[in-house]
Amino acid sequence: MVSLIEAVDVSKRFAGGLGRESTLALAGLSLAIHAEKPSIIAVVGESGSGKTTLARLLLGLTEPSGGSIRYRGSDLRKLTRDERRAFRRDVQAVFQDPYGVYNPFYRVDHVLTTPVRRFRLAASRAQARELIGETLRLVGLQPEEILGRFPHQLSGGQRQRVMVARALLLEPKLIVADEPVSMVDASLRATILGSLRKLTDERGISILYITHDLATAYQVSDTILVLYRAHVAEAGKVELVVKAPQHPYTQLLISAIPRAHVARDWLPNDEDRQAAPALAVSAGCCFAERCPLAGPDCLSEPPALYRTEPGRAVACVQFGQHPALPAGGLGEVLSV
Amino acid sequence: MSEPVLRVEGLRVAFDHPLGKVQAVDDVSFVLAPGERFGLAGESGSGKSTLALSILRLIKPPGRIEAGEVWLAGTRLGDLDEDGMRALRLAGIALVPQGSMNSLNPVLRIGGQIGDALAEHGLPLTRGEAERRIAALLAEVGLPESVARMYPHELSGGMKQRACIAIAICLRPKVIIADEPTSALDVVVQRQVMATLARVQRELGAAVILVGHDMGLMAQFVDRLAIMYAGRLVEMAPIAEIITRPRHPYTRALIASLPSLDTRGALAGIPGLAPLLRDLPDGCAFHPRCTLAVGRCRTEKPKLRDIDGAQVACHLA
Repeated sequence: MVSLIEAVDVSKRFAGGLGRESTLALAGLSLAIHAEKPSIIAVVGESGSGKTTLARLLLGLTEPSGGSIRYRGSDLRKLTRDERRAFRRDVQAVFQDPYGVYNPFYRVDHVLTTPVRRFRLAASRAQARELIGETLRLVGLQPEEILGRFPHQLSGGQRQRVMVARALLLEPKLIVADEPVSMVDASLRATILGSLRKLTDERGISILYITHDLATAYQVSDTILVLYRAHVAEAGKVELVVKAPQHPYTQLLISAIPRAHVARDWLPNDEDRQAAPALAVSAGCCFAERCPLAGPDCLSEPPALYRTEPGRAVACVQFGQHPALPAGGLGEVLSV
Repeated sequence: MSEPVLRVEGLRVAFDHPLGKVQAVDDVSFVLAPGERFGLAGESGSGKSTLALSILRLIKPPGRIEAGEVWLAGTRLGDLDEDGMRALRLAGIALVPQGSMNSLNPVLRIGGQIGDALAEHGLPLTRGEAERRIAALLAEVGLPESVARMYPHELSGGMKQRACIAIAICLRPKVIIADEPTSALDVVVQRQVMATLARVQRELGAAVILVGHDMGLMAQFVDRLAIMYAGRLVEMAPIAEIITRPRHPYTRALIASLPSLDTRGALAGIPGLAPLLRDLPDGCAFHPRCTLAVGRCRTEKPKLRDIDGAQVACHLA
């Protein structure tokens, strides 16, 4: 079975410039997304963890420093014209900022009519209108309230849903959504995420949902990939990872979410006064300096990804008794 | 309640707009006890930031404060001239601004910016005294002394936010207004920064107004919470009361829209959109989105009234 899109031991390093050290944004990650089994994969991590780099690599917007991204088996860098065109249809992006993606001088129709024209999705103007209207309704928008308006006349939530509609016009197999709801209100967040979930369930579109918000990831995704400083910390079925996190970083991440309940268990009693941990220079686990459980083993070499149970892998030496995941085994852990 | 440190009475703020007047804050009253942590929650556009800024009289044209009084302890802020108000900001009421990323001067070192704040308020300090004072302030917010010589771009988001807290507390204010202080930070850093804010606030005995939209953060941080919708307070109660017994349908929806970590598939949005402030519906502003609305809600604006220790503006509560 050839995957729709596959990352093969892909890494990205940004050059430092002016004699500064280069930055590792993503370390050897392998991941396969199959068109046959649509699902939502969440990629979670703090800023600087490499999640946006992963998105840009999968979209072909950034070239990997090592490894490769493959679309239906062919390296993204070596696609033929026709393959590239198919890739541009099959894989769509929705970005974080629903303000920055619009040209303020064009009506919002522009972002919808352009793909229709470019990819000849409609035979006539009337058909194009119908197609656009239908797609807008699919994301819960009324075409008459949207078309003909300028971007500034729409709310942030409407603008973001127009972007989802734009992606949908091309009937993609995969939508890479990079923080699609972090700039919209909590009340609208649920609506937009709900429409993404419906796309997967009803239209068979896979979604790579990139976010820093574990709670929304838990709500919409099937599987989850937790990144920490360019490395996978934990990956697997969302129920397992969120309900019973095994990696100390995932545990920290979940305990740091303020809960809307009466018990005041969120603010630490012994406040961590050290605001900025020193940068990792060691050869060991990238989380070691912040890890409450770190021992000498953690400083010597980076941990492998251990398959602690079916549907979960954890990069922590605590689980060294479990079998290490073979290269490229992440796709199997993440398939549902 | 002991003598309030801050009293806001009947505050109204409007913005003039070519298409009509925008009533961003509409008849808001509340009091703040010394050392109290008070939350102000609502969606974007509900007027919560405008309310916070109008307490400091930082509303710029076309916005204007139409009516209302603000008292800080015994001082009526309306009696102060612009110089008096300048002296009161920071010394009496300090602001930790939204997006502190952009509120620090990028071309001044952190120490210089704190020093400016001290000098602006007429503290006659020698250079050595100022340096010691700045180092002490940085230590208070958990930053190393070396930060004083750094520029904002050399700091992480969490460190910048701490630097802003250091500036806010440099004159020992009685009230700290924190406008979404952690909205741009990761959860782990957010918790550290909020812990720092909680500690300095306790040490100072200052009251805090936390403006935000994250009900989880409110539940974990504030003592009392006010919910704002379309410029008005719709509910105000001790936080445990709001979490366990939200009385206004909007409060209930706001809590329900918080994604749960306990049960999946419980994602509930609030139907419809927040109303345009220049074109508010008659009656209760929430009625077009309210599942419980009855005839009276469409015609009569509900007043904030006392119900068992809470204040609620809903005909049905």
